[in-house]
This record gives sequence, structure tokens and C-alpha cells, in this order.
Amino acid sequence: MQFLSYLISGISLGSVYALIALGYTMVYGIAKMLNFAHGDIIMIGSYVIFFAFGGFGWNPILSVVVSMVVCTILGTVIERVAYRPLREAPSLAVLITAIGVSYLLQQVAQLMWSPDPKSFQSIVAGAGLKPLELFGGKLTISAEAIVTIIACVVIMVALTAFVNHTVPGHAMLAVSEDRGAAQLMGVNVNATIALTFAIGSALAAVAGALLCSSYPTLSPTTGAMPGIKAFVAAVFGGIGSIPGAFLGGVLLGVIENLSKAYISTQLSDAIVFLVLIVVLVVKPTGLLGKKINVKV
Amino acid sequence: MKKLISAALASAMVLSLAACGSTGDSSSAASGTGDSTAATAEASAAGETTPIKLGGIGPVTGANAQYGTAVKNGEQLAVDEINAAAGYTVFELSFEDDESDSEKAVNAFNKLLDDGMQVLLGPVTSDPSISVAAECASENIFMLTPSASSQDVVDSGAGNAFQMCFTDPNQGKTAADYIAANSLGTAIGIIYDSSDAYSTGIYTAFQAEAEAKGLEIVQTSSFTADNNTDLSTQVSQCQQAGADLVFLPIYYQQASQVLIAANNIGYEPAFFGCDGMDGILSIDGFDTSLANDLMLLCPFSAYGEDETTKTFVAAYQAAYTETPNQFAADAYDCVYAVYQCLQDGVITPDMSAEDMCDALKTAFTSMTFSGTTGENQTWAADGTITKDPKVYQVQDGAYVLMSSKQ
Amino acid sequence: MLSRLKTMKKTTRSNLITFGIVIVFYLVVQILSGAGLTTRSFEGQLVPICAYVVLAISLNLTVGFLGELSLGHAGFMSVGAFSGVLLWTLVGDSLPAFVAIPLAFIVGGIVAGIFGVIVGVPVLRLSGDYLAIVTLAFGEIIKNIINALYLGVDENGVHFSLTDANSMGLSADGETLINGAMGITGIKKASTFTIGFVLILITLIVILNLINSRTGRAIMAIRDNEIAAQSVGINLTRFKLTAFVVSAVFAGFAGVLYGLNYSSLVASRFDYNTSIQILVFVVLGGIGSIRGSIIAAALLTVLPEVLRGLQDYRMLIYAIVLIVVMIFNQSPQIIAWRKRIIGRFSSKKGEPEKKEVA
Repeated sequence: MQFLSYLISGISLGSVYALIALGYTMVYGIAKMLNFAHGDIIMIGSYVIFFAFGGFGWNPILSVVVSMVVCTILGTVIERVAYRPLREAPSLAVLITAIGVSYLLQQVAQLMWSPDPKSFQSIVAGAGLKPLELFGGKLTISAEAIVTIIACVVIMVALTAFVNHTVPGHAMLAVSEDRGAAQLMGVNVNATIALTFAIGSALAAVAGALLCSSYPTLSPTTGAMPGIKAFVAAVFGGIGSIPGAFLGGVLLGVIENLSKAYISTQLSDAIVFLVLIVVLVVKPTGLLGKKINVKV
Repeated sequence: MKKLISAALASAMVLSLAACGSTGDSSSAASGTGDSTAATAEASAAGETTPIKLGGIGPVTGANAQYGTAVKNGEQLAVDEINAAAGYTVFELSFEDDESDSEKAVNAFNKLLDDGMQVLLGPVTSDPSISVAAECASENIFMLTPSASSQDVVDSGAGNAFQMCFTDPNQGKTAADYIAANSLGTAIGIIYDSSDAYSTGIYTAFQAEAEAKGLEIVQTSSFTADNNTDLSTQVSQCQQAGADLVFLPIYYQQASQVLIAANNIGYEPAFFGCDGMDGILSIDGFDTSLANDLMLLCPFSAYGEDETTKTFVAAYQAAYTETPNQFAADAYDCVYAVYQCLQDGVITPDMSAEDMCDALKTAFTSMTFSGTTGENQTWAADGTITKDPKVYQVQDGAYVLMSSKQ
Repeated sequence: MLSRLKTMKKTTRSNLITFGIVIVFYLVVQILSGAGLTTRSFEGQLVPICAYVVLAISLNLTVGFLGELSLGHAGFMSVGAFSGVLLWTLVGDSLPAFVAIPLAFIVGGIVAGIFGVIVGVPVLRLSGDYLAIVTLAFGEIIKNIINALYLGVDENGVHFSLTDANSMGLSADGETLINGAMGITGIKKASTFTIGFVLILITLIVILNLINSRTGRAIMAIRDNEIAAQSVGINLTRFKLTAFVVSAVFAGFAGVLYGLNYSSLVASRFDYNTSIQILVFVVLGGIGSIRGSIIAAALLTVLPEVLRGLQDYRMLIYAIVLIVVMIFNQSPQIIAWRKRIIGRFSSKKGEPEKKEVA
């Protein structure tokens, strides 16, 4: 029973990682860049919800929607100003710029909202959802965990459908496959990448809402570590693969929580990263990643 | 072409480095805060003596920024009060950021010395303080840290570094003694931050003393700065082990997560924290009813009834629209402790930093100081402080002093 | 003399200029310092600058010449720093400084090199972003383990623990050497600008020679086309590992230099942010440009200190400078625009205008 409870909290943590990883992996798959600022967009989105829901007392759904709008605008603006000028530059240049953007967002948040931590009120509880009790109350699954897992699955399915069955989705696939060829075929590469960032950032807002609902501390550095973990999760599952991000995220959360529960709370990160290394050494493109054949 | 570019860059580098070397003094004047320059002008108009230059170091950006900011605010408030009361600029404070990192802290220390700092009131966190204390020892600068509580800080300062807060081992030992003497718990669980010097220091001493006092520790769980997103596993472990008292030598931010996680699973042990817990009631958005019955060993209570505390809390709230925590209170006391020496005639503004250091060292080891963080505080020659430990319990969103058997 | 300089091979001349910049900088600083014209603040930054310069040069070997992205450089710095400093705390009092200090560096370098091999053998099978994430993971593992490591010595020998200080079982008069999250404290400072300068010179000599040797050409051939390199008989694993390990060894040296400059050393200092910081030096200085790495490392270390006058806005401005400089330096459109402007000046004056660039 106790094992089940640790497992469930691991899945719950993992689905938050998965949600963040989905945003990472989309941007990576299409724009071929590691958007280090993704975690910080989550943080900004969470602050928006904190003030909309906790401060002004808006409806939780409305708060999330507002946060999604803010994050979408923010993500698109960042892409336009900081990343697009470097589209043809070496990929490392964009990586460094993304790190610069990450610092920038953290600093802006700190100056605007002070470094004092905020305690985030769960929007899930705010929407009136109750925890699920099983086996006569021996096992409790929090409403946040249930919502996060459902949201994660829904978003994953929706994203897969969007990419595979719509025109903009096909454009994304084309850009991801071969940017030059896609352009020649009449795909507007800039618009497609901008759309990717918009979707990724909207996802970040949802991830922020659920991250902070489950783990209720919010400060300007809140997004940094979950961001890195989600990045690891995305690679774990095979970066660029949408189901891979989901799988990677959930596994990462489960491994982290079980090693905390049964091995060592101090060394849980070392264990998580060690598993990642072993997986990548055995399967160099992640769990569900495509094998790339290099042509001579 | 490329060569010219690099030559230009190289010369720019040499120039900029030389510039940052030679213009140290002028830039410091420009960098002073608006009110301090205004105050200086006022003082010279009044024909008063030159102000004593206090330096502060602490993290005001990065992951520990909330602690550095509280210290900065506390020090600034005390300086402003003293200057206003005296009618001229007694103290001039410049506060530098260290991002809670040794390298930046030593850089900040050097910058402050270039600017003519006479007394150092910082740094805030342990690791930077150890490095800066060593610099203070070699340069003979007096250092009074509001909150760096590791024993290594005063050791590293070799007699030049003083603390306004309890040392970590002292806190851990006192907490264990208190819990044992008052039989607060029979099965004790601990959740601490193994990546943090403060938390680990208290935990180590607590564990040793608990053993000596026959307290049974049933569960020890820890977390690190990198895996503190989810603390529910640690809380579950304590619940599983049947702990009826959970000792939390951690900062208020993570403590609030622990309380929320415990509430979610319906786990209601007694919680006992240390001074890092102070501040939990003023977290924006936190449901303070969850902290009911929480006990904490802390020298400062923002709900205290004595005149000093009430004045300080009111002034702090007026200036920064938030309730001060012990970081701010310790910082505020630091300034007043130095002010007491000034009033006693131990130091004069025209003294060099070295002379001031010697004078303050002698004064601190012989004086008694009463401030917001305790009455009749004294310092040992090694720089550690002695004051009455107080244990508060949270009742309806305020601290109530617990009656105790020591 | 000058005519010889002109007839020299282009790379040799370029390397000599790099050495020249470093030596001139050292001499200028020594003269200014001797004349009392430098501030404490400036002098205090010299050792970290040297450490970052060595780190940037060594990372450039991996990123610029081997062509693999490593996000775990701080991990090698960390093991180097901890082993070197540990040795220094053990023998620093008994051996004369001119023996103990080089010994600390050698130990730090060797340990970092061993970790380079341990990490390199499995990791170098991967490439691109997968390699990057695995190196990041290694760096974090090293940080996590050292953070949980307790090491002490008493009359019964050496004790260590991965849980907490009390479980080491150290006797009352035993000495704690590494105290978990508190790391090593009470370090006697030993680093000086001169040591840092010598370390930079050694780094330059070794790495520039390596790059211009047969091995270096093999490494660059792998970077340019792995399959082609393999087809002409270049042993991929061997050369990749050589570059990676040399890079780790120098990161270890830099770690020792850094560790001996402060009286406390904690593992959390060497997290992925530090790795990224070093990567920023390399990318900003120009991937594959040793001289660029040196200049960028020095400038970017000084920049946050120069910005102290901005108070709360310091790191904000730093972030903006980083983004703007990156776009200005790397964006193809802006490079083209810059070339046009420079072209216009040079056609007027007959030589390029320097200030446009600086």
C-alpha cells in the first residue's frame, strides 16, 4: 500500500515533468533548439495565475486562460526578438541566447514581484475537486495528481493529432524534417516556428498551473530546476518525440520518488541521472527516439 | 581584419580592466543610493562629522535572494532611523550582492574596502561568510554577520568575525534539550536540507544531542536544493515511521511545503522548527491555519510586546509593507550593536578600519546588548553570541511564548 | 625581426599574438599593481579570471575542436578542486609551498583526468544534444555525491559516509576533511595571479601544440566529418577521448586554482549554471578561437563587477548584454550589415575602423 502511494506521487510528479517536457520537445523537434527559458516561462505563467486566481479571486479556468494568453504572447515575442535573428547562426549561439533570456525572465520576475516566496493556492482545489480516496481511505490520490495526469494525456493526444492531421501540423513536421526543403515547398518556416513557440508557451502556462498546484511554492527560480528535469525527461524519452516526452517525464518522476522513498533522499538526483546515462548509453537516442542514419 | 578585431577587443579589455581599477572611487560615489548622497550633502551642510561607512553583503539576486533582501532592508531601516534621530548622517550603508557565492562575496568585500568601508555587516549565508571572514582576518576588518550561523564562520574569522545569530550546533543542541525537557515527542522524525550548510549543521548537532538525551529518532529524511519540488515523500516517510514530532531545521519556504503536504495526507504530528522557520506566517498566499501549534526556536518574534520590537516591526511594515522576519531583525540589531559602541565612545568616525576592528573586538566581548532579537546578549572572544533561547508556538497566526522547563 | 614575423606560418603568428596578449596583460597588471594604481576589487578578480580563462580554453578544445557540446565542465572543475584542495589541506603545512602547490595541481589534474576517462568512455558513443545532456547529468551526479560526502580522519584511520557527519564514526579529536554540503572549510589561501598566469601559459602551450599536432588534425577531421575520418583510418574513440580527457585535466587544474583562492569550497558552486557560464565564454569568444575564449572569459568575469553600480538592475543588465552581444556577434544578417559598414569605412580610409567592432 505504501509502495502504491509512493508510486502515485511519483506519477504525479512525473506527469508535471511530462507536461513541461512536451513543450521542450515540440520546440526542439521543430526549431532544433534547446529553449532553456522554457522553465522560466512556466514561472511567469504561474505568477500570472497566482495574482489572477489568488489575488483577484478570478475563476480558476479563466485564470489559466489568461495565463496561457500572457505566456503565448511572451513566448512569441521572445522568439521574434531573441531567437529569430539567430535562425541561421550556429545552434550554440541560440542556446546561449536562450540562457540569457532565462536569466532575464528571472531577474524581471524578481524585480516585479520580489524574491519572497509565494504560497500558491491550488487551482484544482479552487475548482472544487476533491481528492480520491481508495481502500477505505488508506490510499489517497490528490485531485491535483489526477488532473495533471489527465491533462497530460489529453494534451499529448491532442498534440499528436494536431501534428499528424492538420495543415499547420504537417507544416511543422516538414520544417522539422528538412527546413530548407519545406521552405522550397512553400511552407512559411518563420510562421511555423512562431506557431510552435506559441503552442509550447501556452503549454508552459498549463504546466505552471499544475506544477504550482501540486507543489505550492512560487519564487522567481521556481521554473529552473523542473525545467532542467523536464529537459532531461525529454531526452530520456527521445527528444522530438511527443509520446517520448510523456513517457520520459513519468518515468523520471517515478524513479525520483521511489529512490527517495527506498534508497536515499540525498542521492535521488544522482540516481535519476545515472539511470538516464545508462538508458542513453544502451539506447543512444532515448527510449522512443528515432534512429538517425547518417548518410555518407 | 580578424586580427584587428581581436586587437581592438584585447585593448578594450585592458582598458576596461584598468578603468575598473582606477575609477573605483569615483564610481562608488555615483553608485551610492539616492538618499545616502542626499544625506551626505545635508551632513556637510550641517558641518557634522563624516559618517561611518558600513558595508553589507548578501544575496539580493538568485535563489537565496529573499534572505539577502530581508537583511538589506533591516540594515537600511536601522541606518535610516539612526541618521534621522541624530539629525545628521551617522552611518552610510552600501550593500553589495553576492548571489550567495564565495567568489562574488569576496569580490563584493574588495569593492566595499575600495570604497572605504569601515565595518562589515554581513554576509548573509554561511559559505560566502566563511570566505569573507578569512579576508577579514587577514585585512583586520571587523565583521558582524546577522545570519551566517555556521561555527566555521567565526573559526575562519580568527577573532574578527562575530555573529548576531546562534551558531547551528548551538541551535540543534538547544532544540533537542528543549524537546527532551518538555517531553514534546516520543518518536521523532526529521526532515532537513542536506544540500544546505545551515540545515545540516543543526541536524548534526540535534542528532548527537537527541541520542545523548535518550530521544528516539524514528525517521531521518532529507532533500536537496535540486529535488525539493516534491516533499510529500519525506512527509509520508515520517508518517509511516510513526513520528509524533517532526523536527524541521529548514527555511520557511520549504517548511510551508512540508506543512501543506502533511495536511494533504491528514498527518498531524507536532512540528518543531528553528530560526529559519521564522517568516512562515508572512508567506504571501500561505494558509496560516496550517501552521497552528507549530513550535519554533527563534530569538525574534514579530508579535513581541516589548517596545523595541514593536517600534521595529511598525517601522519595517511602514517602509517595506511586510512583516519582518529574523533575518531582518538580526540585521537591524547588527547596526544598533555597532551604534551602541559609537555612543559609548569606543569608535569614532575618523578611525581607520583596522583601528575600528580592534576597538570593536574589545568592546563586543565586554558589552551587553539588548535588541529585537533578545535582551542582554553577550559575545565570547571567538565571536559567538550568547542569548536566551526562546521557543514560540504559533497560535491563530501569531507567536506565543511557550512556558518552558530548560 | 618584423620581416621574420611576416614570413612565419599564419597559425604560428596567430599563436604568438595570443601569447603576447596574455604576457602583456600580465606585465601591465604587475606594473600598475607595483605602482599602486590598481584597486583591491580589481586585484581580487585576477585569480578567478585566470581560472575561467583556463576553463574556457579547455572547454573550447571539446566544443570548438572536437565539436561536441559538453554541459558538465564544472563537474571536472569540481573534482579537481576538491582533490587538489584536499591534498593542500593535508600537506600544505608540512611541505614547503613550492612543492605542495604544484603537487595539489598535479593531483587535481590527475583526478579530473581519471573522471574524464570514466565519463568519456561511455559518453563519447553519443553525439549532439544527447552527449550534452549526459555530460550535464554527470556534472550533476558529481555535485550531488560530493554534497553528500563526509570524509574525516582520526587516529583509527580514514572514515567516510554518504549520509551524515555523525555516521562517520569519527572520534572526538578526529578531523573532518569534507563536511557534506559545507564542503571543505578553513582552506589556507594559496592562489596568486602569478600562479594563474603560469597556468594559463602552460594551458596555451599544451593545447595550442595539441591542436597543431597530428592528433589535433585528427580531432578536427572527426569534427568536420566523422565518417570520412573513420574511413581514412582515424581511431574515433582514441582521438575523441584524448581531446575530452585533456579538456578535463585542464578543468581540474583550473578547479585547483579556483579552490585555493577561497577559504571555503562547496560542491554546489559547481552546478550546471557554472558549466553554462563557461560555455558562454567559449561561444561568445568564438567557437574554436582560443584567443576569443581568453578575452571573453576575462571580459565576462569582470562585467558583473563593473555593473555593481547599477544595484538591483545589475543582473538584469547582464542578461540583456548577453542577449544583445550574442545577436550582434552571431546573427547572419547583422554580420552582413556590420561588414557593409566596415566596408564603407575601409573604402574611405583605406583601413578598417576598429571602434565599430569594439
